Amino acid sequence: MSIFVNKDTRVLVQGITGKQGAFHTEKMIEYGTAIVGGVTPGKGGQSLLGVPVFNTVYDAVKETGANASVIYVPPKFAADSIIEAIDAGIRIIVCITEGIPVLDMARVKHYLDGSSSRLIGPNCPGIITPEECKIGIMPGYIHRKGHVGVISRSGTLTYEAVKQLSDRNLGQSTVVGIGGDPIRGTGFLDCLKAFEADPDTCAVVLNGEIGGSGEEEAASFIRTMTKPVAAFIGGQSAPAGKRMGHAGAIISGGKGTASGKIRALQEAGAVVAMTPDLIGASLVEALERRGIRPSDL
Amino acid sequence: MKIHEYQAKELLASYEVPVPGGIVAETEEKAFEAAKVFGSCVVKAQVHSGARGKAGGVKFAKTPEEARELASKILGMTLVTRQTGPAGKLVRKVLISEAVDVAREFYLSITGDSERAGLVIVASADGGTEIEETAKEHPEAIVQIPVSSIEGFKGYEGIRAAEVLGLEGDLQKQLISMLGKLVRLYIEKDCSLVEINPLVQTSDGKLLCLDAKVNFDDNALFRHPEVLEMRDIHEEDEKEYRASLSDLNYVSLDGDIGCLVNGAGLAMATMDIIKNFGGSPANFLDVGGSATTEKVKAAFEILLSDGNVKAIFVNIFGGIMKCDIIAEGLVQATREMGISVPIVVRLEGTNVELGQKIIRESGLSIIAASDMADGARKAIAAAKGERV
Repeated sequence: MSIFVNKDTRVLVQGITGKQGAFHTEKMIEYGTAIVGGVTPGKGGQSLLGVPVFNTVYDAVKETGANASVIYVPPKFAADSIIEAIDAGIRIIVCITEGIPVLDMARVKHYLDGSSSRLIGPNCPGIITPEECKIGIMPGYIHRKGHVGVISRSGTLTYEAVKQLSDRNLGQSTVVGIGGDPIRGTGFLDCLKAFEADPDTCAVVLNGEIGGSGEEEAASFIRTMTKPVAAFIGGQSAPAGKRMGHAGAIISGGKGTASGKIRALQEAGAVVAMTPDLIGASLVEALERRGIRPSDL
Repeated sequence: MKIHEYQAKELLASYEVPVPGGIVAETEEKAFEAAKVFGSCVVKAQVHSGARGKAGGVKFAKTPEEARELASKILGMTLVTRQTGPAGKLVRKVLISEAVDVAREFYLSITGDSERAGLVIVASADGGTEIEETAKEHPEAIVQIPVSSIEGFKGYEGIRAAEVLGLEGDLQKQLISMLGKLVRLYIEKDCSLVEINPLVQTSDGKLLCLDAKVNFDDNALFRHPEVLEMRDIHEEDEKEYRASLSDLNYVSLDGDIGCLVNGAGLAMATMDIIKNFGGSPANFLDVGGSATTEKVKAAFEILLSDGNVKAIFVNIFGGIMKCDIIAEGLVQATREMGISVPIVVRLEGTNVELGQKIIRESGLSIIAASDMADGARKAIAAAKGERV
């Protein structure tokens, strides 16, 4: 089954005529994602790669019945693009954009409350249910269809984890990039709950990093889960007070350290890889601890 | 982005937040002229760091002559604090600040609350330089008051802060008024921190911000040219500054293995694996997903120009980033600058075969790695001078 997106997801591309939008629309179509329309204000009526372009998300939804959207819009306009998608009733909004001002995301987060939309991101690679739906910038070919759910704050580190899983014939149910920003639409907890409830997911891999308390929050839920969890936390060697690329990756006031997160996850029963090359092996260990053979999945 | 104390106080003053009188000076003569305005004053080193007093950068002067003396010692001093690191920071300016009769000291700050997607006011009746101690030893002496960044500051939130600081009557009114202005400043200027440590109650019953620190959300600078004008590149690590000119995410560390990676999460993980295998990363560097050959070249140039670097580890998993772009950038940079240190390259992902071909055909002696762990081990060995 998978979580949040599948072969029935119908996707709009906001910012389709921009360089990033156009490039990734082609890649998503190649993968088999159902891209039903694009939105660039002022370019309504045009067509790109066989996809109709509209002036507003509202128009696009009316004409195409789209239920998801991916946003390739620069930071200055990205928050408004998310709000536009929420207003149009889009159920799954994926925002790739890095660099959205924090206070803009605070407004967006509150606007999501009470709406029927789920936001994934921002500052994320997107979400993929292998062989069904790829929304974002991840390289499709490293993924295999299977039963391991993956949740990550990183982009390329996720590809590393996915490759390790695929190389061990551990396919993925859904891979969710929740993004590197401090305020995000969907967190570890949201995804863990969904994976726990998904009949097709048998185990979960979690890639976290320094900053915030999302991993600690997740640990409390992991304690109650029936499915095994493996994790890696990046930034063990990061100095305090410095932003390590991602806006959300900063240790401040002694909070948000990698060691704190690792401890919380271990105490909750997750198998934590101490180096990033051991993520796949850690999932195998998590399965074996429950008496599950990887080949059983 | 950070600014100096004197700039923070100017900003606060523009929002009518009470600060002591102060004049910034770059020479001992200017300091003397400034001190004459106040009589007795405090000479304060202006560098981007807290704990300047403990390091000898803040001194009281009874007379303008004494102020000139102290300024001549402090200007040109290399101030070393817990925050600057052992290399310290060169003092180029001092703030001549009017001396104030302090009755009580408090701590006050406003910062982001990601979990609530809002702001939080942090207040403590223990002010001055010991707030970090208080946070560790007596976390219950600190109050945190959530504030909506959409609604802004409300008076009742200020009453809670006043209670913790033990301020009543007119002092409470002053605090509430000050908090309203500080929150408005925070929101209007897209800050990431506004910290008043210490906030003081003078002996004649006035609340005053004796020190001020204001940090800004880097993501919002595009809409604040007036904030960008306050940037002092002297306060930034030289390599980090050059990296920012090429739009690279770079953080200087103190090891000897230069790292070039695409993606912040993978870059952090690369630092971690090097450390874990017994090596020491020289830097964090995320070259980003949409990097051009020029950007990659600029990244290599910064690494190759770092005297501490004894080996370079290039760890790339190309999603949007294409391996051939990285390979082109590497080949061009090393041809122009010459390879002075061993370079270990691990390529994976989009166009990997093309990337490997470009490196092979360049004739340059670059060490290939099969995966991340292999690459880290080879880089560590190479940095030690071992044959790889």
